[in-house]
Amino acid sequence: MLTCREIGERASDYLDNDMNWRNRVSVRLHLMMCKHCRAYVDQLAKTVQLLRNGIFTGDASEPDAELIALLATRPDETK
Amino acid sequence: MKRHKPNAEMSDELLVVALKKGDEAAFRQIFARENAALLAFARNFVRESAAAEEAVQDTWVAVIGGIGRFEGRSTLRSWIFSVLANIARTKAKRDGRILSFSDMGFNDPAVDPDRFSGDGTWLSPPGRWSEINPERIVGGRQLFAHAMVVMEELPPNQRAVVQLRDIEGLSAPDACDILGITEANQRILLHRGRSKIRAAIEVLMDPDSGGQVGPAK
Ligand SMILES: [Zn+2]
Repeated sequence: MLTCREIGERASDYLDNDMNWRNRVSVRLHLMMCKHCRAYVDQLAKTVQLLRNGIFTGDASEPDAELIALLATRPDETK
Repeated sequence: MKRHKPNAEMSDELLVVALKKGDEAAFRQIFARENAALLAFARNFVRESAAAEEAVQDTWVAVIGGIGRFEGRSTLRSWIFSVLANIARTKAKRDGRILSFSDMGFNDPAVDPDRFSGDGTWLSPPGRWSEINPERIVGGRQLFAHAMVVMEELPPNQRAVVQLRDIEGLSAPDACDILGITEANQRILLHRGRSKIRAAIEVLMDPDSGGQVGPAK
């Protein structure tokens, strides 16, 4: 039986489906019986979701004249 | 970083073909999409923003020069990130910086050990985040801003892995290639990085939760 501390160490592998079948079953069995670890795994999942959906409000940047000039004089290699 | 894509934008395949022909609209599109993410990524290697900007500019020069050799074995974005990683690494080395990609951030526990009793069960269990819905823009935006502040405090290797995997959505093998780390180390760094961001959000949600702010020792 895994301890809660061990669940804390393995939660990302579990969420990313990056563990073997046996370990996955052990984690699932623990989560069935432990609401605290369910809450923990849910928090980590929400953290990942937040990072994935985060909208980065950087200004839409424009290439400078050097890059545009380099591009314009680039030989066409598709011919 | 992630941005939503209007339908008018070209697919990566078309972009590559257009870039090979020197198409300016295609270049402007890929530049607008990736430049901010590249700048953030460069800062994992060189801290000063002028040096990071220089590394990104050099990356675009290398992309324009090297797109003819791009064969689509990785995604266009993974390829651009690996070009930048090589350039930034060389620059960091030249400036005498020792990169800590292999020796930092592996040993911190994912969860503060004080939150467990001796037998490994929770002493101070995590609360329910039922009120958090990361897809809801309002709460999501504040939380995302907070997560970005915590990102800044992560060791560079954890930050780089979290950026590539969770923010940019690259695959684990691509992230390993770009950073030159093993699959096992990638998993450790990703979990450590995510765990610190989780802990910081937990503090924001419930200041009495016993979580820690900032990077754990
Ligand atoms: Zn548990």
